[in-house]
Amino acid sequence: MQAFLKLKSGEAPSKPTSSTTILQNAKPWVEKYRPRTVTDVVEQNDVVSILEQCITGADFPNLLFYGPPGTGKTSTILAAARQLFGDIYKERILELNASDERGIQVIRDKVKNFAQLTASGVRPDGKRCPPFKIIILDEADSMTSVAQAALRRTMEKETKSTRFCLICNYVSRIIEPLTSRCTKFRFRPLKNSMIHERLALICKEENVNYDESALKTLVEKSDGDMRRAITCLQSCAKLASKGTPIDITTVSEVTGVVPDTWLEQFLTLCKNFVHYKDLQEFIRKLMLEAYASSQLLEQLNDKLVASKDLNDSQKSFIGEKIGVISFRLQEGGSEYLQLLELGLSLVKAFSLS
Amino acid sequence: MKRKDKSLKTMLWTDKYRPKELSALDYHKDQAANLKNLTKDGDFPHLLVYGPLGAGKKTRIMCLLRELYGPGVERLKMENMNFTTPSNKKLEIMTVSSNYHIEVNPGDVGIYDRVVVMDIIKNVAQSQQLNVNAQREFKVVVLTGVDNLTKDAQHALRRTMEKYISNCRLILCANSLCRVLPAIKSRCLCIRVPAPTETEIVHILQNVCKKEDLSIPVEFASKIAKKSNRNLRRALLMCEACKVEQYPFTENQNIPDPDWQIFIKKTAARILQNQNIETLSKVRENLYELITNGIPSDIIFQTLLDELVANCDMEIRLAVMEQAAMYEHRMTQGNKQIFHLEAFVAKFMCMYQNMMQEMVGEF
Repeated sequence: MQAFLKLKSGEAPSKPTSSTTILQNAKPWVEKYRPRTVTDVVEQNDVVSILEQCITGADFPNLLFYGPPGTGKTSTILAAARQLFGDIYKERILELNASDERGIQVIRDKVKNFAQLTASGVRPDGKRCPPFKIIILDEADSMTSVAQAALRRTMEKETKSTRFCLICNYVSRIIEPLTSRCTKFRFRPLKNSMIHERLALICKEENVNYDESALKTLVEKSDGDMRRAITCLQSCAKLASKGTPIDITTVSEVTGVVPDTWLEQFLTLCKNFVHYKDLQEFIRKLMLEAYASSQLLEQLNDKLVASKDLNDSQKSFIGEKIGVISFRLQEGGSEYLQLLELGLSLVKAFSLS
Repeated sequence: MKRKDKSLKTMLWTDKYRPKELSALDYHKDQAANLKNLTKDGDFPHLLVYGPLGAGKKTRIMCLLRELYGPGVERLKMENMNFTTPSNKKLEIMTVSSNYHIEVNPGDVGIYDRVVVMDIIKNVAQSQQLNVNAQREFKVVVLTGVDNLTKDAQHALRRTMEKYISNCRLILCANSLCRVLPAIKSRCLCIRVPAPTETEIVHILQNVCKKEDLSIPVEFASKIAKKSNRNLRRALLMCEACKVEQYPFTENQNIPDPDWQIFIKKTAARILQNQNIETLSKVRENLYELITNGIPSDIIFQTLLDELVANCDMEIRLAVMEQAAMYEHRMTQGNKQIFHLEAFVAKFMCMYQNMMQEMVGEF
């Protein structure tokens, strides 16, 4: 007992230091390397130039950002707010996302109340700042249309003291009256070279060894999604034991890429189709390996479009099938059944020529 | 799904011989080493563990937690938590928790899963650990069945995951990735757990039998492995069931099929034999019986289809498959499964009959 207590008390002083270092480490790189200023945002030139003008004093419109995930929508508006308001930016923005309750009641109470407060044009430290607040509605495409409708008049009435920034992936899910009240900006998927540059920079900062080819695959697999690329990089760095460089196998495991051999085997099976049993057995085996079928479809599509053995009508037949199947998979259809159908369609397509 | 009744003196083999440490895992050893690396500096990103049934996802998660927090994670307590939806509906959900983690299956409350996800994470994340020295400064929330979460709940996870990362980590557990939103995938480290191979299962069966002081012939073990469809849990359960039935094991001992499988086979045979209204109404009775006995409808559909398609000509296979894929998709969308199962059976009968008539016509 005595020994136990001694050990405990002896250990205690050393622990806090280690926990604070962990706390710093705990910050995921995605957060750590978020752009701090608007100019840091890459690729999105229109938005950046307009926001820069706003920061230097021009009028600030209501904004609507849309584009695929990981292109910097949230980062841009947060960086802009930080530049506009400095230290007090936390008081000047109201950030609501899909995880917060956003029914019509919340729009009526919370948003309206926040919008009605007037903001002064001077910061506590005496510097000037724009006399308005920003309400950020993140993931606005998951708001109900009733809630969106409730925003309409609020947006116009409170222009004096409040600006809105809506962020979404699909602009088609935002009701027309709202889009017409905002300046729309499309965020493009990032170029591979941009992501590569950023990843290399992070690797240097974090002292991570890497294989040039591994980094290249990582960039290719990220599809212009910076967040995915950085998360994958961090995961790879964590999985690899200290000192050893990141190699291609780790990268493909983390990104969940289906190995090419499976695809090849699938295609040859369908091309030289003999027994239904073989196909069934193959798909069952594939399922047990737990590769994501959505990923499989994507890779298959890339492969087939580039393929030289198929003519255009065959390709269009398969393309249509892949579209339908991918939709059904996302809606929750059974993977086994859908892939079997795909297999049989491929057999048919190959026999069409 | 898993029985956690520890008051029973004799535990099921699946629980009794569940590995408790990452180093004790029987297969995917490289992955285990990687996971160990992951926890080495006492911190890890959000995880998304996915793989087929009985591949050992849960075992790996528990091992990982043990690696992080020590044996304290095994002191589990069950608790009922209460939630109120915005429309003032009261919900109750069972959670399993230790001092360090909390595990919940949000799918239990159906379409209200979003409230559960939001409340639990916010609760856990906002209560900071009192004694930072004794433990990690974050708690872990384990969510199972993530692929069955509604889209709404998944959207709710997105920003929450980022916001509370300093004192809360999520481990998500799913059967397949395709129903998980890309936005969530990009925030997690995805860990694939493939099913064990048949030789690996044979090996494990032999080990377990040795520990139980039983002897198992290799042929019999591989027979079980084959029958289990590479599902380790099922293999162990089968082995235990066989032991109760007849011990010592003989090489060609009969391994009983599950009752429902035989039942579906019979139903399929009936459909292939006769295609008329009477059979259809008989089939309906059979299907109802399966559903009321708690067999998941997607498994019924899959088994039935496998039986039916195996007996078709190549020409109509694609057509049948197309229809099957469509009806199955609709079944998951709707909430009255019997309609879709029956509609498929009727459609199949019609197609099958046409095929038969054409064949007769050719002669």
